[in-house]
Amino acid sequence: MRPLEDYLVIDFSQFLSGPSASLRLADMGARVIKIERLGIGDICRTLYTSNLIMNGESSVFHAINRNKESFEVDLKNEEDRDMVRELLKKADVMIHNFRPGVMERLGFDYPSVCALNPEIIYGEVSGYGTNTEWKNKPGQDLLLQSVTGLTSLTGNADSGPVAMGLSIVDMLAGAHLAQGLLACLYRKVIKNEGGFVQVSMMESAYDFQFETITTFMNDGGALPERSKRNNANAYLGAPYGIYQTENGYLALAMGSIPQLGQLLGCEKLEDYVELKEAFDKRDEIKTILAAHLLTATTETWLSVLEPADIWCADVLNWNALMAHEGFKVLNMIQEVEMIDGYKYETTRCPIRIDGELLTSSKGSPKLGQDNERIIKEFITQNTIANA
Amino acid sequence: MNRPLEGLLVLEFCQFLAGPSAGLKLADLGARVIKIERPKTGDACRQLSIKNLFVDDDSLLFHTINRNKESYAADLKNPDDLERLKKLISKADIMTHNFRPGVMEKIGLDYEHVQTLNPKIIFGVVTGYGNEGPWKNKPGQDLLVQAVSGLTFLSGVDTDGPVPFGLSVSDIMCGNHLAQGILAGLIKRAKTNKSVLVEVSLLESILDVQFEVITTYLNDGGKLPDRSGAKGSAHAYLSAPYGMYETKDGYIAMAMGNLPNICAIIKCDISDLYVEAGSAFENRDKLIVRLAETFKKEETKKWVNLLESHGIWCAEVLNYQTATTLNTYKSLQIEQQLDLGNGVKIKTTVSPIRLDHEKLLAPKAAPKLGFNTPDINKEFELENHT
Repeated sequence: MRPLEDYLVIDFSQFLSGPSASLRLADMGARVIKIERLGIGDICRTLYTSNLIMNGESSVFHAINRNKESFEVDLKNEEDRDMVRELLKKADVMIHNFRPGVMERLGFDYPSVCALNPEIIYGEVSGYGTNTEWKNKPGQDLLLQSVTGLTSLTGNADSGPVAMGLSIVDMLAGAHLAQGLLACLYRKVIKNEGGFVQVSMMESAYDFQFETITTFMNDGGALPERSKRNNANAYLGAPYGIYQTENGYLALAMGSIPQLGQLLGCEKLEDYVELKEAFDKRDEIKTILAAHLLTATTETWLSVLEPADIWCADVLNWNALMAHEGFKVLNMIQEVEMIDGYKYETTRCPIRIDGELLTSSKGSPKLGQDNERIIKEFITQNTIANA
Repeated sequence: MNRPLEGLLVLEFCQFLAGPSAGLKLADLGARVIKIERPKTGDACRQLSIKNLFVDDDSLLFHTINRNKESYAADLKNPDDLERLKKLISKADIMTHNFRPGVMEKIGLDYEHVQTLNPKIIFGVVTGYGNEGPWKNKPGQDLLVQAVSGLTFLSGVDTDGPVPFGLSVSDIMCGNHLAQGILAGLIKRAKTNKSVLVEVSLLESILDVQFEVITTYLNDGGKLPDRSGAKGSAHAYLSAPYGMYETKDGYIAMAMGNLPNICAIIKCDISDLYVEAGSAFENRDKLIVRLAETFKKEETKKWVNLLESHGIWCAEVLNYQTATTLNTYKSLQIEQQLDLGNGVKIKTTVSPIRLDHEKLLAPKAAPKLGFNTPDINKEFELENHT
């Protein structure tokens, strides 16, 4: 039995933040119905990344929206809004990520939905909160990375701002939303109460940076300084970083500098005996280390360092990773199938519950594919019951 | 406020970041979290500092991750301590640990044994790479997990080689996933009245972070990500103008947008490079370089004002000093102050989740090692075992 079996989630959200939260709830067993705009649907269907279109829609849409149903409606049409209201009366959770004011105009703001269903858990994602100077700015991932200082942590000192090359803030906001919704669902089980959960990408971006921003707040406002080369964390000393070798790369996490010098046969490193030099002289040390590691293969270095319990690893791309037994044993990839028989591979939910992998073979929905069934199940019956 | 996890007791046997960050989230949602720590040393994070910043005896890092918790000192190798812990476990709702595979089995606190002590426990386990396979005994360290996961080929420019994210992203996402799994476990337990096992690993979590791009890779004939060679590019899979550009006095970030339209607004001639919609991908690197030449000519504020007036998605790139002075930063109430007593105060972040219109403020400072041991012994009547 999945934890969220028998729960119904009505999801109005688009793109990544909200939909990534409903994907998690779906994998945990909930039934998720996407409310999609007539004729267009979730904009993510046509938001092409990488030029890769699968079965007529973007690869990204397929990754985010598997294991969900699609209900295509015109929210400006009163009849359609009535149908959505019927769904909301039965729902346990509702999610949206419209900009502030939109749900009020459509009549699906928290007070209105709460009047229909007082025990609903209502989740809302925004870029910058609903009551701030920037509330109307677009909640776009790269822009959020840029205005929260996140781009000053990756890359080297002279790289300029470097983005994390994924929509990380969207995913964090989605993860936080899922937590808030799950916590309220638990409260609902115990106390039969509804709840209102709000997250913003800006707050989520700072939660991600809680260690570094806390350091900034208590260190007289000193900015993070990335090392000149091989940086992997602005606040950590040598050797922390990734280094090129004769045939690839090596990631080195910790280890005293003189010990590394001995193990690697690099005498110059043995001079750095003071503990604080690892940080204070990190550029110098990293330069010596980088030159030395180029002289042999990754395998050679690993064979010396691993037996000595130095924390290090080979650097893999996806080809090498997926060929490795350490990856295969995780069973991380699953195949899913769409209503028209189109099949594709994607990753599964990263959480295991009671030893079970939370896989699901259901692919992403075609726009409006479930309209008929949903109407029959939730709306026609209701009308008959009322007659 | 009526916090959802009020009345729940969490025992945290975890150290460092992944597990304890999940504990912090549960604490902010209302649970009572007790850290079970080794006498004299405690959570290794107490001595793990960044920039050598300490508050009293413990690192600022420890304070950041472990506020709003209690500390109980116990030696898992001491039979008396172990008896006390078993009694405490029998009263708990949740326990979490991040020991390497086999350690808890030796002590007798693995899931199977703990179920006999408490048949309704939610048992959360964090590992580096799962419980089986050739990597199961490797240290679960963030940078190393990033390195093997393919993540390092997504940021920066192609000539940089692998570029790791400059934060412990695997740890933090894994902590988020553990918190989600535990919350789902609580819901399941409420229905079945039985214990639940929740398992996460740093590697599975960092693969989940890459779910969009890995899905693209899996269905695109195994084509690896192709980062741009142009400085400022921000996503291996997105076309120009997506990225950050140097201006006369700083940097501007440009989200995805209609390239010809944007170039007309900023007066940048791309007619030779952009002949059809596909050009934004095909000529991405050259286009980024061309745009960079134009952006260099004026100040950031001027560009942002101009582009925003046309509805183009862009922003000034800020550092912590400029970012934390924004009105929006202040009105979101991102900071809270912790009072450590004796006049010592530190600032840190608040939970990013707002519930029932309220922020989940929790300004209780992190505990000194074993600070709550006597009270917990008394409250749970653990003393008679000594």
